Amino acid sequence: MPSKNAKPRLAVWKFASCDGCQLSLLDCEDELLAVAQAVEIAYFPEAVRSALSGRYDLSLVEGSITTPEDAERIREVRRRSRYLVTIGACATAGGIQALRNFADVAEYAAVVYARPDYIRTLATSTPIADHVPVDFELRGCPINKRQLVEVISAFLAGRRPAVPPHAVCIECKRNGNVCVMVAHGTPCLGPVTHTGCAALCPSYNRGCYGCYGPKETPNAPSLSRWLAALGMDARALQRLYRTFNANAAPFREESERHGA
Amino acid sequence: MARRTIKVDYLARVEGEGAFKVVLRNGKVENAEFRIFEPPRFFEAFLRGRAFTEAPDITARICGICPVAYQMSAVHAMENALGITVAGPLRALRRLLYCGEWIESHTLHIYMLHAPDFLGYSGAIEMARAHGEAVRRGLMLKQVGNEIMTLLGGREIHPINVRVGGFYRTPPKRDLAPLAERLKWARDAALETVRWTAGFDFPERARDYTFVALRHAEEYPFNEGRIVSNRGLDITAAQYEDYFEESHLPRSNALHARLKDGKAYLVGPLARYSLNFDRLSPLAQQAARDAGLEPVCNNPYRSIVVRAVEVLYACDEALRIIAAYEEPERPFVAAEPRAGVGFGATEAPRGLLYHRYRLESDGTIQEARIVPPTSQNQASIEEDLVNFVESFLDLPDDALRQRCEQTVRNYDPCISCATHFLRLDINRG
Repeated sequence: MPSKNAKPRLAVWKFASCDGCQLSLLDCEDELLAVAQAVEIAYFPEAVRSALSGRYDLSLVEGSITTPEDAERIREVRRRSRYLVTIGACATAGGIQALRNFADVAEYAAVVYARPDYIRTLATSTPIADHVPVDFELRGCPINKRQLVEVISAFLAGRRPAVPPHAVCIECKRNGNVCVMVAHGTPCLGPVTHTGCAALCPSYNRGCYGCYGPKETPNAPSLSRWLAALGMDARALQRLYRTFNANAAPFREESERHGA
Repeated sequence: MARRTIKVDYLARVEGEGAFKVVLRNGKVENAEFRIFEPPRFFEAFLRGRAFTEAPDITARICGICPVAYQMSAVHAMENALGITVAGPLRALRRLLYCGEWIESHTLHIYMLHAPDFLGYSGAIEMARAHGEAVRRGLMLKQVGNEIMTLLGGREIHPINVRVGGFYRTPPKRDLAPLAERLKWARDAALETVRWTAGFDFPERARDYTFVALRHAEEYPFNEGRIVSNRGLDITAAQYEDYFEESHLPRSNALHARLKDGKAYLVGPLARYSLNFDRLSPLAQQAARDAGLEPVCNNPYRSIVVRAVEVLYACDEALRIIAAYEEPERPFVAAEPRAGVGFGATEAPRGLLYHRYRLESDGTIQEARIVPPTSQNQASIEEDLVNFVESFLDLPDDALRQRCEQTVRNYDPCISCATHFLRLDINRG
C-alpha cells in the first residue's frame, strides 16, 4: 500500500462563477471514485470539509477575478500549486460577468442592490491568466467533463492534455449534421468557436452561441459579413459576440466593430 | 463562561461561498449571522438591452446546479409577457426536464453534501470507505437525473435545448424508451434512499414555519400554480412583489427576502411537501408515511428525508410522462415580440424562483428582477441558528460548529444563486 502522502494532491478553487464547472467533476459519476483513488482530493470545499494546508500538485481553478480580495487570493493559489489549470469560460475569459467590462460597474451595482455602498467589487471581470501564469486553460460554459478527466489524467501522467483547438464546424461535419447556417439560414458561431461540446447546438437545430469561446486563429470579421447577409443587424451581431466569452480578445474586438 | 463564538469562515459542502457566525453570551444566542461573500455578478443589470430570447441561456449561468430552474422561470415569465401558452406534450417535456434536475440536484445534496453530517464524515468520498454501496447508489441515481437532462437538454449543465415557446428539438418517442428502463431502476433506488435517510439520527427540533410554495390544482408543483402559504396566502406570480420584499444587509452580497410584515418564511422541499402532500403520487405518499413523516414536516433536520421523497416522486412522475408522451407537431410555439411585463415563478430544487421582465416592443429586455430561493431562506436559516443553537450548548466547540453547519445545510443553500445573496461565525460570549 502506498502511503496516503504518495498520492498527488488535487485542489479545486472557486472565484466568481456559477459552480457548474466544478460540478462537472462530481458529475463524473462513473469515474469519481476512481479519481479519488488516484489522487488525494485535498481541497474541494463544494464536496469536502477540510482545511487549507500545504502545497497542491494540481489546482483546478473555476471563476473569474472580480474583487480585490480574489486578486490577492489567486496569487496565494499559484504559490501553493505545482500546476494550475483553469476550468471554464469564467476562469479562461472572464465569463458572462465580464459584460461589466463594457459598462459602468457602479451603475450595475445600483441596479441590483439597494445599498451599492455595501458591495466591494472591481470594475472588471478578468480571467485568471491576467493575474498569474496558467499551465493550461480548459474552455467551455460549462466545460466538457470528458475533457476534464483527460486534463486530470494528462497532468498526472506528465503530458500535455489532448484537447483540440479547432472550430466547432469540424466536429459538426464529423457528426454528419446538416449545416444550420447553409441549409436553414440560422446564425451560427461554429466557424469561430473552439470545439469541445460535440457540436451540441447544431445537433439540436440551433446555431452555436459560442460558449467555448474563440478557436485558434478565428476569422470573425468574415463570419460577421455572412451573418449580416442573413439579416442580423449591428446590435444583434454585437450581442452574439458578447455572451459567456465576451472578454476573450477575438470576440471582444469583433463586438466592438458592431453595435448601435 | 461568558462569551463563546462559533464561526465558520468558508462553509463547505454548499454551492458557493458563504460563512456564519453565532455569538453566545451566558448561554444565550446574542447574534447569528449567515453571510454571503460570493462576489456579485450583476445579472439583473446586464440582462437589460438583451433580446427576450436570450434570457433562458443567460440566467441559466446564475447557477450550475439548478440551470433548468432558471430556464423554466425565464421562459414562463417571457411567455406571460408575450401572451402565449405552452401546453400538451411541450408542457409535459418541460416537466420531465425539471424531474431530471430535481433528481440530480437533490441526490447530490442528500448523498454528497448532507449525509456526511449525519454519519460523521468530512465528505462523500471519505464516507464511501464505510458506506460504499450507498455512495455508489447515490452516484448512479444522480446519473439518471443527468441522463434526463442530457437527452432533453443536450447536456446536464446549462442545457442548450430550452427556448421561449418550447424546445429547439423534441425527442422521438423511441428515444425515451431506454430512459424509462433506467428510471425504473432509479425509482427503486429512490425508495431505498428514503429508507436509508429515514434511519439517520435526527435532533428532535421543530419550528412553526411560514411555508411558501406553489400549489397546482392537480399536480405536485414544478412550473405552474398559485403561490400559497400555510397562513392563508394565495396569490399569482404577478402579485409576488406586493407581498414579499428584499432588503440589503451590510454583511451580505445577497439580498434578504421577507414577507412585507417583516416575517421570515421558508421555501424549498419542506414547504413544498407540507403544502402539497396530497399532490404526491400514492407511492411517494406511502414511502413518506413508512419513513415516519407526517403530511406536514416542521423538523428541518428531516428535510433530507423529504428530499428523498421528492426524488422518488420525480422518478415516478418522469415515468408517467414518458408513458403518456405523444410527439408534438412542432417543437415550439412561435412568439412575436411585444411590449409588456411578464412574471414567472417555478419550483427550483431549493424552492420558489421568481422572475419578472419588462420588454420593449421589439422584445428587448428593459428591466429584470430575479429572486432566488436561497435569498428567501436566509432569514429562516438565521432564525434556525438562533432557535436551535441554545439547545446544543453542551456540545464542545467542534461538535457545535458541525451541528451549526448541518443546520445551514438543511436548506441546501445555493450561494451562487443568492448573490445577489451569503457566510457562518459562532461566537460564545
